[in-house]
Amino acid sequence: MVKNNPIKFSIKNLNAWFGSLHVLKAINLEIYANEILSIIGPANSGKSTFLRTLNRLNELYPGFKMTGSVFYGGEDIQKIEAEVLRKRVGTVFALPLPLPLSIADNVAYGAKIHGIKDKKKLEEITEESLKKAFLWEEVKDRLNESAFKLSGGQQQRLCIARTLAVKPEVILFDEPCSGLDPISTAKVEETMFVLKREYTIVLVTNNVKQAARVGDKTAFFLSGELIEFDITEKIFTAPSDQRTDGYIRGEFG
Amino acid sequence: MERHFDEELKELNKEILRMSLLTQEAIYKSIESLKNRDRVIATEVIASDKKVDELELVIDERCIDLIARYQPMATDLRFIATAMKINAELERIADLAVDISQRVLELVDKPLLKPLIDIPKLSAVAQGMVRDAIDALVRKDVELAKNVVLSDPDADKLRNSVQEELINDYMARDAKTADRAVPLLLIARHLERICDHATNIAEDVIYMVEAKVVKHHPEEL
Repeated sequence: MVKNNPIKFSIKNLNAWFGSLHVLKAINLEIYANEILSIIGPANSGKSTFLRTLNRLNELYPGFKMTGSVFYGGEDIQKIEAEVLRKRVGTVFALPLPLPLSIADNVAYGAKIHGIKDKKKLEEITEESLKKAFLWEEVKDRLNESAFKLSGGQQQRLCIARTLAVKPEVILFDEPCSGLDPISTAKVEETMFVLKREYTIVLVTNNVKQAARVGDKTAFFLSGELIEFDITEKIFTAPSDQRTDGYIRGEFG
Repeated sequence: MERHFDEELKELNKEILRMSLLTQEAIYKSIESLKNRDRVIATEVIASDKKVDELELVIDERCIDLIARYQPMATDLRFIATAMKINAELERIADLAVDISQRVLELVDKPLLKPLIDIPKLSAVAQGMVRDAIDALVRKDVELAKNVVLSDPDADKLRNSVQEELINDYMARDAKTADRAVPLLLIARHLERICDHATNIAEDVIYMVEAKVVKHHPEEL
């Protein structure tokens, strides 16, 4: 019997459309606190749309419509102000997108927007966030340099630090290593392992091996349906559904 | 989509089958050498074990190579993991055929202690279990694999019967029969061990096909 942590997200009969395109079909899923949930599936399977549903980012896209419910900590997310929800549920995107600012200002940016003005407090947040993202040692002597001077892998960890600076509870990673070399990928994965002690992580990835390495649980999406959801070890050694087996073995996708 | 990896898995499958043929031939010949008291065949079995050992290494290397290059998952992973385990079981079975042949060489110049009755029965059970375990592997036949596992106690009974007869009826009555009785006792033991390895192969096949662990869990059968 698998022991589960407390439920962070509870998704009930979620359907979503972009215009007439039905992109998520009757999804029921629970996401547990302090775990990494890996979401895998071929292109157009709905995995990124699902991720963006969790902090209502889809609402920024025209033609988006959804039915069903997403509960966050027991509360319907439609009843939580979008900005408040996105502060609690941050996103790290596929491509590292540093702002045209210094390394330190990139990290402090979100905290400033959320009203923190005190310089010393901002410095503390910056250092703490960079440490948690395992970037502090590499940048502590050049915090005022442009963020663009960092390598791709460092830029991605900077984006993680920027997300952490607003003190979220959940971090959504949307293909965070797609443009990174294996060493940078390994550093981001190691960062996730440590972060899950304090945060809940949802990782969308096209790299099934990454899902197998880092996920506590794994969900397989196909054509907008959730085909299988289980502990990662089970999904990658003995999946229940033949479509999951075919996808993770590389037969399609 | 046919993957290049599938070709590699087919090659691995062929090598496992080749290994199983060599092993089955070794068992068959070792038993023939016993029945016919044939020194030549017994010596051939001992000499041909080198081929089995070499093929074992080739298969092991191929499995490690496939894991390193493809990092297989799900059914592919279970197939390769099973292939590695079955490879080791087959090699051990071939070693036991060598052990039987060595006992035959010890016996061949001495008068037969008694007509062989239960040992040929036990050898038929052992050959049948190995054949069925390999057939179950080839056909991914879980029912056949289960039958193999369930027939293991028959082999144990036959081995016990051989043991009791040789100890009680011969060695206990006349210690001088020991030099002819002990090799027969050991042959029964080797045959029973072959059955154990066939059982292991069958259990591995069940894991490969159904991802179900029945080893040490007979209630799962």
